[in-house]
Amino acid sequence: MKFTTIVKAAALAAGVLCTTAQAADQTYIATTAIVEHPALDSVRAGIKDSLMENGYTEDNLKFTFESAQGSPATAVQIARKMVGDEPDLIVAIATPSAQAAVTASENIPVIFSVVTDPLGAKLVSNIEKPGGNVTGLSDMLPLAQQLELLQEIMPNLKTLGVPYNPGEPNAVSSVEALKVIAKEKGIKIIEAPAPKSSDVAFASQKLIGKADAIYCPIDNTIISALEAVVKTGIDGQIPVFAADTDSVARGAIAALGFNYYDLGKQTGELVLRVLNGENAGDIPVKFAEGTNLAINPKMAARMGIEIPASVTARATQVIE
Amino acid sequence: MSLFSFMGTLEIGLIFGLVAMGVYLTFRVLDFPDLTVDGSFTLGAAVTAALIVSSVNPYLATFAGCLAGAAAGVVTAWLNLRFNILHLLASILTMTALYTINLRVMGKPNLALITDPTVLTPFEGLGLANMYLKPLFVGVFVITVGILLALFLRTQYGLAMRAVGANKRMAQANGIVVKEKVYAGLALSNGLVALAGALFAQTNGFADSTMGIGTIVVGLAAVIVGETLLSSRKMLIIIFSCIVGSILYRLAIGFALNADFLGFNASDLNLITALLVGLALVLPQLRKEWKAKQAAIKANGGDA
Repeated sequence: MKFTTIVKAAALAAGVLCTTAQAADQTYIATTAIVEHPALDSVRAGIKDSLMENGYTEDNLKFTFESAQGSPATAVQIARKMVGDEPDLIVAIATPSAQAAVTASENIPVIFSVVTDPLGAKLVSNIEKPGGNVTGLSDMLPLAQQLELLQEIMPNLKTLGVPYNPGEPNAVSSVEALKVIAKEKGIKIIEAPAPKSSDVAFASQKLIGKADAIYCPIDNTIISALEAVVKTGIDGQIPVFAADTDSVARGAIAALGFNYYDLGKQTGELVLRVLNGENAGDIPVKFAEGTNLAINPKMAARMGIEIPASVTARATQVIE
Repeated sequence: MSLFSFMGTLEIGLIFGLVAMGVYLTFRVLDFPDLTVDGSFTLGAAVTAALIVSSVNPYLATFAGCLAGAAAGVVTAWLNLRFNILHLLASILTMTALYTINLRVMGKPNLALITDPTVLTPFEGLGLANMYLKPLFVGVFVITVGILLALFLRTQYGLAMRAVGANKRMAQANGIVVKEKVYAGLALSNGLVALAGALFAQTNGFADSTMGIGTIVVGLAAVIVGETLLSSRKMLIIIFSCIVGSILYRLAIGFALNADFLGFNASDLNLITALLVGLALVLPQLRKEWKAKQAAIKANGGDA
């Protein structure tokens, strides 16, 4: 009786050891994210799929995932565990997880993903040549692509009105970046500050007659009062565009945004390059490319413009 | 669990030992359930990180972070004592306000320190690998603070503070100024929690606006697990048990992270951690009941 118990225990222990032991020819990718939510989960799926499409199989790839369930302290502990497990590569999704992984890892390459500002997060000191063992994908808004879309819909676009809250750091930095890119494209930016959501209507009305179009950046104050901007657009016959695709259903004419599964695929390309022998520190940080194009043709008509067929043809979401 | 992972677990456990001491001080000594800690942990990290980024000496920055935490504790005490707002509610108010204040202090939701000097920088040239240096430094630091706290609680003033928590009326009748002790206790408690935040930010390279969420739960779990395993009336051992409880809590998370061979996946982490901590709490009770039963059997002549 006792003997069988011992045998059972030994078998269990052996089983545990076998599953934790790693076959020599297996590639081991350890991924972690600060939380689990649909967008971040899609990123992970995209990464795994891009590996599977490039010769990796369930047999020769060990792909683990840990979620910090929202706690940066747990993220730190996960990073330490991963470095201790010595995988071939660590993929860290979102800023706190990436910072924890970069701090913990001295030799293991770290690829970050869905980090908006890798320089500000001090993950890398140089975008073109990160150095060390780190590179990754930034989901900084594709502002240049967004402006190109606006120019495609409105070829005569010369002045663009931007309502935003000067108290929101993210909005301020994206408007600063927008100004630089707009200048290159020959577009003048007119700022319309709205510190509170009750100021949004007035700020956008001031743009009538001054701007050819209105662009709403990702700014909680503006987005929460988006309807006020849309109303201005209809009343003043001035087209309203947005930086996020969700705003299109609420009345913006068009927006170019991210599909998070595609961000995973774009991250996967970086993972593959490192697995194929490139040094992570030599690979420039990649900026995510917008892949979701949402349009609202009815609203465009109400604001006095027509969306060209070339744009309609490649739209991924058309609001009826 | 690999050695690297174990050292990391130890380090984080030691840092949260400071949180456990702070929670012990309010929850057990003063009998004042204080949720301010969810905000003051981040506040300590935010103030320290913001100062370090603007080239202030890391030690000075850590001290400032600690003081900011103490000030937050004073605000909670003030809301409770001056305006008679229920302690839980007063601390929730401070915690809520601190979320915004922390964002303001940092200027953005996440402030990185990966390449900046920290309190560890002077020791980094000594040839000890970071994986040992960090827990060693944090260990010496936290144990020193723990000894100082235990000594403080044994002074006349500390005894008066304990008397306030044990029996407010009795303390008042004996000439203890109750309000002052509550102010001092909350300041000290939140100062310790902020100190933990300051250390955490420096050893891990970032301060984040979400890092304080759940601090009170971690602190309480550490205090209770520590108490369960090392019950004592000696102040030094009680404080020591806070640190041990905190390390055990982190080991439980570490174990949960390695529990995938049992068929668990990443989304089960918090449940496994809760189960393990729950087990640590239940086992001593079961053991006590079992012992009592055995003793009863013996007393009845063994034929029960």
